[in-house]
Amino acid sequence: MTQTIAQSAAVPAKRGVLESLTKSNWIGLVPFFAFIFFFLVLPSTNLLMRSFQDFDGNFTLANYAVMKNPYVIKAYSISLRVSVITSLVGGVFGFFVAYAITLGNTPRWMRNFLMTFSGLAANFGGVPLAFSYIATLGRTGFMTAVLKSICYTNAAGVQVCPFNPYDNGFNLYSIGGLVLAYTYFQFPLMVLTITPALEGLKKDWREASANLGASPFQYWRDVALPILWPSILGATLLLFGSAFGAYATAYALTGGSIYLITILISQQIRGDVLNNPYEGYALAVGMVIIMGITILAYTILQRQTARWLKS
Amino acid sequence: MKKPRFDLWSVFWAVAALLYFFVPLYGTFDFSLRMKKGEISLQAYQLVFSDPQFLRSFQYSTIMGIISVTISILIFVPTVYWLYLKLPKARPFVEIVTILPFVIPVIVYVYGINTAFGGAPLRLTSNTFTTDILMVGGYVVLSMPYMFRAIDVGMRTIDVRTLTEAAQSMGAGWAQILFNVIFPNLRIAILSGSLICFATVIGELILGDFLLRPALGPYMAAVGRDKAFEPAALAIISYALTWASLGLIQAISHGGTSQQQLTGR
Repeated sequence: MTQTIAQSAAVPAKRGVLESLTKSNWIGLVPFFAFIFFFLVLPSTNLLMRSFQDFDGNFTLANYAVMKNPYVIKAYSISLRVSVITSLVGGVFGFFVAYAITLGNTPRWMRNFLMTFSGLAANFGGVPLAFSYIATLGRTGFMTAVLKSICYTNAAGVQVCPFNPYDNGFNLYSIGGLVLAYTYFQFPLMVLTITPALEGLKKDWREASANLGASPFQYWRDVALPILWPSILGATLLLFGSAFGAYATAYALTGGSIYLITILISQQIRGDVLNNPYEGYALAVGMVIIMGITILAYTILQRQTARWLKS
Repeated sequence: MKKPRFDLWSVFWAVAALLYFFVPLYGTFDFSLRMKKGEISLQAYQLVFSDPQFLRSFQYSTIMGIISVTISILIFVPTVYWLYLKLPKARPFVEIVTILPFVIPVIVYVYGINTAFGGAPLRLTSNTFTTDILMVGGYVVLSMPYMFRAIDVGMRTIDVRTLTEAAQSMGAGWAQILFNVIFPNLRIAILSGSLICFATVIGELILGDFLLRPALGPYMAAVGRDKAFEPAALAIISYALTWASLGLIQAISHGGTSQQQLTGR
């Protein structure tokens, strides 16, 4: 489903939208735009406008001083850190999996299976995802129990269980746990977005470089990766965006103890923790700006990919 | 040309991916069966299904899902149809509008809904009926990128102009064209869009949580706070539900492409 944006972004914008809209045939779009106005434009412009107002409704930029608040800086930096880590981990993992099921020589059933599963898992997030990680890797979880039970008696006659994750500093209810959980939907998202680009690599290029004496390493470094670079970067940005905007998994996993920016915003909605609702609006607008830049960069990169895929 | 049957590097990553998919699934399933000490039982599931709260929130989310799907179809099928028939130049613009929900995180979106409609003068969140309208609007917005995309792809495969002209020449009005010609031709696209929309509604936490409506998402979050085994059972139920709808889409969109078009071209 995330291919959705990938493909839709690939359609180049055409000129003349306004020109054709001025004719009378825009009538058919009225219901759509009325809906968009009421349910998308109104709520978002409301936040935007209020972020530039003070209590009396006068214009001000003071609300954006909230970005200097140490709690806000902390929340943004934790969110950025989690998003960068999960997009890199999910991106690298997903890239290799996509490679394995497109160019690599894997059994056919594995390919079909992984492709279908990626489509499913990329859409799996939220509360149930947190539940299954708690049931699997929580203190009493299934995998924790399995790893705990691997024990032996050492030379001194003491029972040692070297694989108990919680003895080795692992904690599911931490940033590390969150990264593990996010990877569950991040790497399938990478598989879905990068597969078309990998499939578009022409066999001729590989054969041509082999004929010229290039090793597989040289082929990847000098031919394949430079071509794939925009797609890889674009897909990673998409992963970054999906982690940055996520809330439900982190909330259900840690109950809000990891101070993500989405968690901070949720607390602001519930109880005005910043003691100034207008600063909350500025906070939300800041998040939309980061998401907007991410998705815009992704769209541009995806268009470049679409160009060479077509040629 | 002889190649080695499988290359180990690729098989390694494929197996790693399969493990990443299945270990949490199996772990959850195993955990959900261990409510009674020392034996395998379905007690966690029994408790979930006999909880009136669960049934109520499940019913609520299902009804909201059906309403959202219906409204989404009624908005997007005519819109995309019109785009193809009259305003192909406006399509890229509409397309960009439909991916905006990816730019606005849901938590920010619900914040916007709250500030725009919750306070004076509208106060739409102060009674359940108007709040439910906001919920449905929110669900339609959140599933819009998928719904638009599904209908758009479906519409591309049918010859909108020929179908419309043929229907018009036989005296059909706009409503008849839409409901008797366009809808049946798009049924697979509509079905797949609907299932995604429905799955979105069923799994959604934030709208219900912050608009204080008894949806399935907030119910699950509450159970997760107080219980140990029921959440695992709920996760399995939710996996089954989501994957049944999404799996169904994959099945119909793979098997059904040849019958996508009834008439035309």
